[in-house]
Amino acid sequence: MTTTSLTKSRGAGHTGDKVFSAATLAAGCLILAVLFGVALFLVVQALPALTAPADQIQGGAGFLSYIWPLVIGTLIAAVIALAIATPVAIGVALFISHYAPRQLAAGLGYVVDLLAAIPSVIYGAWGVAFLAKEISPAYDWLAKYVGWLPIFQGPASATGKTILTAGIVLAVMVLPIITSLTREIFLQTPKLHEEAALALGATRWEMIRMTVLPFGRPGIISAVMLGLGRALGETMAVALVLSSGALTASLIQTGNQTIAAEIALNFPEASGVKVNTLIAAGLVLFVITLGVNMIARWVITRHKEFSGAN
Amino acid sequence: MSKRIDVKDLNVYYGNFLAVEDVNINIDAKSVTAFIGPSGCGKSTFLRTLNRMHEVIPGARVEGEVLLDGDNLYGPGVDPVTVRSQIGMVFQRPNPFPTMSIRDNVLAGVKLNNKKISKGEADVLVERSLQGANLWTEVKDRLGKPGSGLSGGQQQRLCIARAIAVEPQVILMDEPCSALDPISTLAIEDLINELKDQYTVVIVTHNMQQAARVSDKTAFFNIAGTGKPGKLIEFGDTPTIFSNPTEKATEDYVSGRFG
Repeated sequence: MTTTSLTKSRGAGHTGDKVFSAATLAAGCLILAVLFGVALFLVVQALPALTAPADQIQGGAGFLSYIWPLVIGTLIAAVIALAIATPVAIGVALFISHYAPRQLAAGLGYVVDLLAAIPSVIYGAWGVAFLAKEISPAYDWLAKYVGWLPIFQGPASATGKTILTAGIVLAVMVLPIITSLTREIFLQTPKLHEEAALALGATRWEMIRMTVLPFGRPGIISAVMLGLGRALGETMAVALVLSSGALTASLIQTGNQTIAAEIALNFPEASGVKVNTLIAAGLVLFVITLGVNMIARWVITRHKEFSGAN
Repeated sequence: MSKRIDVKDLNVYYGNFLAVEDVNINIDAKSVTAFIGPSGCGKSTFLRTLNRMHEVIPGARVEGEVLLDGDNLYGPGVDPVTVRSQIGMVFQRPNPFPTMSIRDNVLAGVKLNNKKISKGEADVLVERSLQGANLWTEVKDRLGKPGSGLSGGQQQRLCIARAIAVEPQVILMDEPCSALDPISTLAIEDLINELKDQYTVVIVTHNMQQAARVSDKTAFFNIAGTGKPGKLIEFGDTPTIFSNPTEKATEDYVSGRFG
């Protein structure tokens, strides 16, 4: 009968559907569980430090006064890194996607991807053994001529192991991430819109400003956020390059410290409430990263109507 | 402000492949000229050579002359950017800039060519262009909304408004109605009829009734076979092409006995 043939289901196909659906559900739940587990661990382990008497925390003035210079140091390093890396990365990505001859573009893209694969300790070693030395004359120059700006106040560090050097190393590290992501996004700009701009009499740069950049805007923000995530959390390179110390406004003196490097340098010898303090610092880093990502999401969705996705 | 186009001995190549061979055609100012022919015969390719948009395609190049009121588009020192600001183009699929509002879409080309424009002048221009594209009454209350929120037919008329806002000499249309429903198509065809009072219009179409309805002159392109170049077979007044063509191939095509 026709009714039975309609109600009868193909057993095998449905089993496959169910298995796949269950597998994706499990994967989705797993990532949430892991995230929740990490957050829970951080909170539980951080609590003793947050509730401990002020004099038991390193520095003897409580957790807040311990953590805020680290937060500022982390943000300074990350902001320097992004301020340098973002324009360069977008420029390189545009060159690869819209300016370079096809063969050069392929080679260049490959080199950029290779850069992303270099371990951070190598960047750290390069930063401390080469960049810090080579760049210290530039710091002297900055201290001499623009030293009236608080951020370039002298005397400059003789070793060059400053937060600015660390920021530059971080910039080099996040550059390939931002470049490859934005390149992929720029390549996805619809031909139709590029041609619309060109047919109106736009030059190549005007075409890029009218179509490629606005179209890629959410993608650029996401790429920068991924770069920021790496810059905030990068440990090894900063630990190697930065000669840490108290919070200072000057970027070319020794001083400042980032949360990640602070944890890495102190954790091996820590005990008791000191361990909890470092984990609490980790929790703060976690919250910063979360906050930054939520802001980025908000910025992207705010312009959804004009995103080109509809 | 419209100009005529004269094409002399034009060959179009993709790399070494000859795509369109030896086209000679004279397109009058303030007229509508339709290009018809089977798919792949090179009519869209040829249309693109009239404002140098073929240069966007890697390897595409041209031999011969295209004269806009006597000035060769391919002469030494001629900037394709200038050519395109004088010869506008409307594409097969509506392509308003999705990241811009309706108003900014209309002004997109103007802001390129004449950076400084006061808000008052811009308002006047937006209204005039949208009225010129028969779209004003439909969108005047939502100029700040994204252009991609309009229907397909409205988007295509927005693209036409964007093209006429820069006051070009010629408007090229590459199958402008092929992605639209019949009612939107009718609206565009009415618009083409009005546009020829001010502009030289060249339209590529697969729809022979459309060519018969909108054009003053019709050019029939054909291709001898795969891998052969496309050629201009016949060019003449539209009624003649459709009722009494000289060439056998034209007659076969327009009467539906093609292939």
